[in-house]
Amino acid sequence: MSTSPARKILWAYVVLYIVILYFPVVLLPIFSFNDSATPTFPLKGFTFKWYEGLIGNETMLKAARNSLIVGSVASVGSTILGICAARAITRYRFRGKSAASGLIMAPLFLPEIIIAISLLVVLLGIGANLSLTTVMLGHLLICLPYSVTVLVSGFEGFDPSLEEAAQDLGAKPLRVLRLVTLPILAPAILSSLLVAFTISLDEFILAFFLSGSEPTLPVYIWGQLRFAAKLPNVLALGSLLIAASLILLTTAEIMRRRAERRLAGR
Amino acid sequence: MINISNVGRRYGTFVALEDIDLQIKAGEFFSLLGPSGCGKTTLLRLIGGFDVPSSGSISIDGAPMSGVPANHRPTNMVFQSYAIFPHLNVAENVAFGLNILNLTKAEKQARVDEALSRVRLVGLGSRMGSQLSGGQRQRVALARALVMKPKVLLLDEPLSALDKKLREEMQVELRQLQQDIGITFVLVTHDQYEALAMSDRIAVMFDGKIAQIAKPQEIYQNPTSRRVADFLGGMNFLETANMRLLGENVVADVAGFGTIANKRRGDEMIDPAKATLGIRPERLRIQWEDEKAKNEISGKVLSRHYFGEVTNLVVQVEGQPRPLSVVETNDFGADGIPVGSLVRIAYDEDAFVLMKE
Ligand SMILES: Nc1ncnc2c1ncn2[C@@H]1O[C@H](COP(=O)(O)OP(=O)(O)OP(=O)(O)O)[C@@H](O)[C@H]1O
Ligand SMILES: [Mg+2]
Repeated sequence: MSTSPARKILWAYVVLYIVILYFPVVLLPIFSFNDSATPTFPLKGFTFKWYEGLIGNETMLKAARNSLIVGSVASVGSTILGICAARAITRYRFRGKSAASGLIMAPLFLPEIIIAISLLVVLLGIGANLSLTTVMLGHLLICLPYSVTVLVSGFEGFDPSLEEAAQDLGAKPLRVLRLVTLPILAPAILSSLLVAFTISLDEFILAFFLSGSEPTLPVYIWGQLRFAAKLPNVLALGSLLIAASLILLTTAEIMRRRAERRLAGR
Repeated sequence: MINISNVGRRYGTFVALEDIDLQIKAGEFFSLLGPSGCGKTTLLRLIGGFDVPSSGSISIDGAPMSGVPANHRPTNMVFQSYAIFPHLNVAENVAFGLNILNLTKAEKQARVDEALSRVRLVGLGSRMGSQLSGGQRQRVALARALVMKPKVLLLDEPLSALDKKLREEMQVELRQLQQDIGITFVLVTHDQYEALAMSDRIAVMFDGKIAQIAKPQEIYQNPTSRRVADFLGGMNFLETANMRLLGENVVADVAGFGTIANKRRGDEMIDPAKATLGIRPERLRIQWEDEKAKNEISGKVLSRHYFGEVTNLVVQVEGQPRPLSVVETNDFGADGIPVGSLVRIAYDEDAFVLMKE
């Protein structure tokens, strides 16, 4: 190990980067267990009461339920569309392919607020009522690039002659799907579901613009921030969301790696 | 057994196969040989039911195959990539097709065991598909197809991913296996030695068309065209003048060799204006100093190309515009005949090959 000055500077940079990025996130759970109505140091003592306060909160539970519904629909939807897109991108050559995949990926690079406003204008223009359905549509749009990315890498390692071999051995199309295609793609599919769900769960801007009178959790949290007394409850809820996202994303990554190892034979 | 009549396959405006007419007999080891992109795989996939002809028809065992999907055809395929299911172990891979049939557990087990022992994979049943070497994958693919007892086994370059030594062993083994079980094999390959070594008959293909169908010896010794001759090993194409039909023979004045008569095969139509005369390098023998043959030419060694078993000499022969390739055996000493030497070369009168085009 060399300890040249350049290396030291690099290390300092890395540490600083991580602290700035994650320190606020770590503060959230810390204050959520703090027995004080304001998030300030020094800490006063340990308590579960902010979490307990969430349990009986009907509006919050309703928002959580909304988030779950939107997340489920958006993740399943974007995964199904993602499978179609990934299959087309990896298996076939067709005119406008790069344009099509570019369009699918575009929401990654467009500012979310622009997407939100455009969608709002269009939806209102065609006379649609804002509801959970419109949020689902919005989330579908922004989850799709992630699903497609995950699934394309799944399909790339998938030799098309595997399906033909199954058919050759007598399997009808549904059996091929069940015994060969799905098991081999399962990790990528699961990974796509979890990633999309997590994105939808945490998404605020689109949900805020498109949800009408039915808030999702992030929208609900934003609403609660106006009331100083509710802040500790919001911190508790936020911590739960962080935990859920972490667990989901970690699971997704573990599944993906395990499958990759298995299919690569190591 | 397999009757392919007038089959064509187009991709848009690109013609991948054109006017393919082919009858493959029951129990025959038939090879489709040709350079990359000539349409071998396309034809094999049409037989297996993975693709549909744009024109013409295919029947197997008397039954027309149009509209019959791969899962209902009496064929099984060994894919070029082997297509071993990575999430299943060897035994499960082999049993995949059997699970669809109505077999008892014992019957199934017996057939899997038999197939595994046929390809010498006993004891590897629980190994995962993704943990196999190239040679083992090839055997699993073979067992998985054979266990279905197909009437026809289709093999798409099954040996091309193996190293030379293993490939040569497998050629012998595959041929033996085919003789043992007696079913029809259709092999796709771009390796002429593989096709010559294994097949009962070979169809040589170029650009989506069949150029010649014949037994290995026939196709090597009597190729009908320059292209076929060239694809199947070395061939010296000779400069000739005044080629003409003379009774049973085709006669030509070959610069340096004199007047050469070549007997026509059967009632073959030969157009002397298009025909070419050639001679294989191994039919040209370098003469020792004290040797004297009836037919000889002389020339000067331009270069040597060492291959181990033999050396290829490039010799400029008097009268011929292009240098000829001649095989030198190892009898001529460790360093062989030096470049620049003058050599005498003997040939037999019946060694010449007449190609129609
Ligand atoms: N799905 C397709 N769409 C368009 N062209 C195709 C398709 N499949 C094959 N071709 C073309 O048809 C021609 C024949 O292909 P094929 O795979 O049969 O060649 P091959 O003789 O098996 O060659 P190789 O030895 O390289 O495998 C090629 O030029 C190929 O590009
Ligand atoms: Mg091929």
